[in-house]
Amino acid sequence: MDMKVAKKKLGIKERYGHMTRGLGWEPTYQPADAVFPYDKYEGIKIHDWDKWVDPFRLTMDAYWKYQGEKDRKLYAVIEAFAQNNGHLNITDARYLSAIKLFWQGVSPLENYVVQGFARAGRHFRGEASRVACQMQAVDELRHYQTQAHSISNYNKYYNGFHSQRHMWDRVWYLSVPKSFGEDALTAGPFEFLIAISFSFEYVLTNLLFVPFMSGAAYNGDMSTVTFGFSAQSDESRHMTLGIEAIKFLLEQDPANVPIVQGWIDKWFWRGSKVLALVGMMMDYMLPKRVMSWKEAWEIYAEENGGALFRDLARYGIRPPKGWADACEAKDHISHQVWLLFYEYGGAAAFHTWSLTNEELDWLSAKYPDSFDKYYRPRLEFLRDKHARGERVYQSTLPTLCTTCQIPLCFTEPGDPTKISHRETVYEDEKYVFCSVHCQEIFCNEPEKFVQSWLPVNQIYQGNCFNPDVDPTAPDFDPLKAVLEYFKYNLGRDNGEFEGSEDQRNFAMWRGQASKN
Amino acid sequence: MSKVFIIVQANEEARSIVEALLQDNPHAVAQESPAMVRVEAEGKLTLKRATVEDLTGQPFNIQQLHVNLISISGHIDEDDDYLTVEWAN
Repeated sequence: MDMKVAKKKLGIKERYGHMTRGLGWEPTYQPADAVFPYDKYEGIKIHDWDKWVDPFRLTMDAYWKYQGEKDRKLYAVIEAFAQNNGHLNITDARYLSAIKLFWQGVSPLENYVVQGFARAGRHFRGEASRVACQMQAVDELRHYQTQAHSISNYNKYYNGFHSQRHMWDRVWYLSVPKSFGEDALTAGPFEFLIAISFSFEYVLTNLLFVPFMSGAAYNGDMSTVTFGFSAQSDESRHMTLGIEAIKFLLEQDPANVPIVQGWIDKWFWRGSKVLALVGMMMDYMLPKRVMSWKEAWEIYAEENGGALFRDLARYGIRPPKGWADACEAKDHISHQVWLLFYEYGGAAAFHTWSLTNEELDWLSAKYPDSFDKYYRPRLEFLRDKHARGERVYQSTLPTLCTTCQIPLCFTEPGDPTKISHRETVYEDEKYVFCSVHCQEIFCNEPEKFVQSWLPVNQIYQGNCFNPDVDPTAPDFDPLKAVLEYFKYNLGRDNGEFEGSEDQRNFAMWRGQASKN
Repeated sequence: MSKVFIIVQANEEARSIVEALLQDNPHAVAQESPAMVRVEAEGKLTLKRATVEDLTGQPFNIQQLHVNLISISGHIDEDDDYLTVEWAN
């Protein structure tokens, strides 16, 4: 017969209390301000660090247990994927462009966030906040590693997955997420927390990991959907950290409210620009589409973000300044970014292509207010030219926004026919922006943003050629020299999908999968 | 009132979580997408340990939710016997 055990186990709340409180001490060899030199200069006032509570009340022991379980499940899938030629089950090799872009441009950001949280976990004074930041640093490292392991299966067979670290520091479009990550990493620890945990994780990452990963499942990519959802289960905790962090800062001192509001304005806008890449992946790169970027934006940004900002109104927080413009852009950005990459397809380490009539019809139905009027005619025009053997490739270099580093391809709020363009002169130098919000971010921190490493400007200054190149040689081809500096395998990594090696190999191997 | 949601993977372990949510929150709705299930409700959603245990006949720790959780919205209140998400507006 079972006996009732008399000794009662600690409940979640008690366990959390024991494992996150009373772990610190008052330093005596050095003043506390010398031990924690970075948690005051941003102007944030904290009176009681013990008010910080992780609502999930996850402690280190439970953390390792559940993370271990998640990893075992994930690696079983990765192994099965590798052993059973899982790469041949995806809908179409065009799908791989989305995974290439994810690997080139999103995975390295995970590594930046590891560094950021390791640093925040060192520099906050409160123990519970440090425990939470350290767990998140370990999570993000896991994300980078699981992405590397999952995607390495594709690297065995397809182009464009190699040289990620090299490309990250050089390639023009990768400077968009890179500059976002470096801006956050070089901010103070509180701004970093609002940038990543709140603006990015809480308000925006659902757009990246939920509909896009469901899209990966819909396109037969067992490996990506598994690492995506495995990462997203951590993101649920990160989002909770984000909302907890903001409540904590706002409740500690009313003087924190305007500082936090400024960071929300800045980082919501920066995040929404980086996610334009995801909009393009969802609307254009998934051969089978789950939902449009616009629908995802409405559910996860407008509805969920709207609920959040209604909730924060009691602290005196309003929705971010760029909110209305970002919501209006849901009808446009995925198309504008795709057109940019299509035309600069020679300079991207993934493929672009012409859409079929069926795909154009899907977009017409999903974007009744914008697609037929502004984008379908341009896509059909480009497709006709390609059919006549005149595939369009831009060979000039675009103007980049000094803040978000995206080429000026977005249009004015209220006028989708006019490219949005702003300029500011700072210390006799002219700086260009894609929007009034990016301009404002620059003007608030000009000393930081004058240091932006803008790839196009660097190319024109001659800083993006391999050392053995002679730009004065009579047959010098500057564009080719730049792509070699990026370490592209020319003609294999870049350009049109139709006729590409990836297209041919996928078709051939898939054929072999069903017969001898 | 604003909507809250809990999204879990579409798998056997999470099926009982979805069923428990629908049983204990009559105003909740489940939407299925490839590989995931989104349970959403106006205002508030509660997951109860006892309901999941009744459905599966096995012990369930509320924190086991983490293994199959994809996303969640609202303020969270978690204890040994329940997890609630709620907006204060």
